[in-house]
Amino acid sequence: MAPPPLARVELDYSGGERLTMNMGPQHPSAHGVFRAILTLEGETVVGVDAVIGYLHRCHEKLAETLTYAQYPSIASKTDYVAAMTSEFAYVLAAEEIGKIEVPRRAQYLRVLTAELQRVASHLLWLGTWCMDMGGALGGGATIFLYCIRERELILDLFESLVGARLLYGFYQVGGVRYDIPSGWADSCRTTIDLIDQRIGEYEGLLEQNPFFLARAQGVGVISRALAEDVGIAGPLLRGSGVNFDLRRAAAYSSYQDFQFTVPTEIAGDCFARYRVRMAEFRESIRIVRQVLDGLPEGPISSRPGLKSVAQIRIPKGEAYARVEGPRGEVGCYLIADGSAKPYRMKWRGASFSNLAVLPHIIPGHKVADVVAIMGSVDPVFGEVDR
Amino acid sequence: MPAWIIPVIAPFIVLNVVVGLVTYVTLLERKFAARMQSRIGPYRVGPHGLLQPIADALKLMMKEDVVPTAADRGVFNLAPIVFLIPCMLIFATIPFAPGLGVADLNIGILFFMAVSSMEIVGLFMAGWGSNNKYALLSAMRAVNQIIAYDLPFIFSALVPVMLAGSLKMSDIAAAQSGLWFVFYPVIGQLAFIAFVISTLAAENRVPFDILEAESELVAGFRVEYSGMKFALIQLGEYAHVIGTSFLGALLFLGAWSGPGPEWMGPIWFLLKAMLLFLLVTWVRWSFVRIRVDQILALSWKLLLPSTLALLVATAIVVVWRYGGGA
Amino acid sequence: MTRAHAATLIGERFGSAQVQGDAPFVVTVPVDEWLAFADFAKNVLGCRFFSFSTAVDWKEQGLEIVARVDNLDEGIAVLMKTRLAPGATECASLVLVYRGADWMERECYDMFGVHFTGHPDLRRILLGDDWEGHPLLKSYAVDTPHPPYR
Repeated sequence: MAPPPLARVELDYSGGERLTMNMGPQHPSAHGVFRAILTLEGETVVGVDAVIGYLHRCHEKLAETLTYAQYPSIASKTDYVAAMTSEFAYVLAAEEIGKIEVPRRAQYLRVLTAELQRVASHLLWLGTWCMDMGGALGGGATIFLYCIRERELILDLFESLVGARLLYGFYQVGGVRYDIPSGWADSCRTTIDLIDQRIGEYEGLLEQNPFFLARAQGVGVISRALAEDVGIAGPLLRGSGVNFDLRRAAAYSSYQDFQFTVPTEIAGDCFARYRVRMAEFRESIRIVRQVLDGLPEGPISSRPGLKSVAQIRIPKGEAYARVEGPRGEVGCYLIADGSAKPYRMKWRGASFSNLAVLPHIIPGHKVADVVAIMGSVDPVFGEVDR
Repeated sequence: MPAWIIPVIAPFIVLNVVVGLVTYVTLLERKFAARMQSRIGPYRVGPHGLLQPIADALKLMMKEDVVPTAADRGVFNLAPIVFLIPCMLIFATIPFAPGLGVADLNIGILFFMAVSSMEIVGLFMAGWGSNNKYALLSAMRAVNQIIAYDLPFIFSALVPVMLAGSLKMSDIAAAQSGLWFVFYPVIGQLAFIAFVISTLAAENRVPFDILEAESELVAGFRVEYSGMKFALIQLGEYAHVIGTSFLGALLFLGAWSGPGPEWMGPIWFLLKAMLLFLLVTWVRWSFVRIRVDQILALSWKLLLPSTLALLVATAIVVVWRYGGGA
Repeated sequence: MTRAHAATLIGERFGSAQVQGDAPFVVTVPVDEWLAFADFAKNVLGCRFFSFSTAVDWKEQGLEIVARVDNLDEGIAVLMKTRLAPGATECASLVLVYRGADWMERECYDMFGVHFTGHPDLRRILLGDDWEGHPLLKSYAVDTPHPPYR
């Protein structure tokens, strides 16, 4: 079946005026495995064909073969930079169908880890974005190393909590799996105080640099209408002027107990998205402090002590649970049929929808801007390809 | 000694010293950058990493020399050499102490400028001969950028020439025995700043390194080179950086003048050149790079008119101060 | 636009649709009204945010195409569904209404074999162009080998 080509870029190596250049899949700033076939006229990009699927593992089929107790650990592998988010969406969907109560302490712990995960993910975003703009051997690498150093502190916290640094199995249907060890709350507080102070330094380093401003302002403008039409979410949507945050609009897991503001910018360019994420750092740190101050006592799961993997059965039903991840709306559309395994599970990956906006905004920019825009869209290819 | 010994031995010594200096300057840069990023840098090879450059050189010599099938072999193989020769040739005109230099030409500065601009031929040959779109794109950007920034480079270097009244390098150095040109009120400082910015661009250092732009063009024009040819290109690049650092130290920082006995002159010269090099490195590891159209706009719209104005101002000052002669 | 108002509008315009719940509105429409309902959701109900679109394989009962759209300002969400007849694989494409449906429908085609009429560039997105079969169909066994693998 031959599709009529519209978005497809005709590869033309005949030596005409337009140059077809391949960026990726092996490329230092492809953020994973991503292939962009660019059509260039001189330095200006006139067309982009995004080829994805290099990391496709068919999570959706895999979920039909794994039980509700087994899958959360695998769910981390979709958005491997902010692994807690994916697990969160899955267990929320299962709990919504099965009408399973989650104890308050578990809900607070979920919020705590989700916000710490957001800080860690944004640190990685900042480091890699600056590195893309500044070169692996250049000023960008300096900021990258500073951000990774801070991210390591958070990953150390996770390691003492869960046992794993990058991919966890922390969330369970009914609650969470581990409780915080003694002394963890204090080290958490010192870590976030340190990060709070260092974020201020990085903001100063970047925003007073006219080169950075020249690279980020006015580049990759996403209009509000385009943002909603394509379905992008998270900092991209808030950077384009839509004041929408799932933690406010559809508060889940006791988010309504906490005070925080939702940063929004109207410019829609890379700099606006940068400002939104920098403000989100501070808001997440605020939430973490509130959670630590008000953590209630109680059980950490309403289904503790699982003895077999098939122990959790969810009755017939369907639900779509969504979580505000660092990249946007991560959703899990789950159809349960009464057994221990789901009938159908669909991941609404935040990065998949975010990436779909690239062919609409890149044409007209220069090659160097492609890198800056991709960095500010912040895709994680585990989520795009699933 | 026969008369032909000195012109043969002196360049030989200078070349060897330059190559040795370049290899150890890479180590200096890596250590400096590492400290800026709160890490240590090369540490294991030799005490505190002092044998690291030797290890790197040996490694590069032992690597397989890969030539792409569709590459233009003659151009591809010749490019590193054509790139290297001007970068080494510039050291011929620099006097390391009064009377200690390979060829202290009457038109020393002019020779330096002309030859250092010729590296772009080798650069473009490398980009073209690689038969690789990334390399070609980067070579095209290089031509744009170096042409754009050579003019401000020359103009800002001409300011000390006018203040000293001679194109000969040792004359310029001698004219600074009273006051280093960088301390010359207003004109000296502005010329120095313009000089540093232009050299950053003419040497393809961050923030003007769109040429290599690792995160976009993946090493740019030298992406297809491996092994010894890559080593030659690296050698040429760093030699150029050192050469312009020496030039800057000579033009603005007084070359070999400094406290202490006369034999300390070359050491002071070296220290000042290293200072300039560290300044360039500091800038490299702190800034993100700007886009190619912004780089060109900066040069043609800002740097060129301002250096031109600076040159005119210097001319007025020289005429007013010294009554038309120097 | 409140939820009650939205429910009335849906009932008036699309009499043959079945509506359940109100957060989100789960609306099942016949296949030939799929595009019309999407247009109605965007322009009348104000659901301009396209969340996702996918398919479910109900084995003998055929495929079901699901899409979710949101009205971010007023908190109205519509989960639209349509059942394809058993064995049928054609459905109208939503690309002209929502640009986000582009990649979502390509994935649906890739995974289920649903052909969206009106989609400008329907080709596989996640799997390689030479892949045979559509993995998320229930008839595609988990360990189906794809050449040249065993």
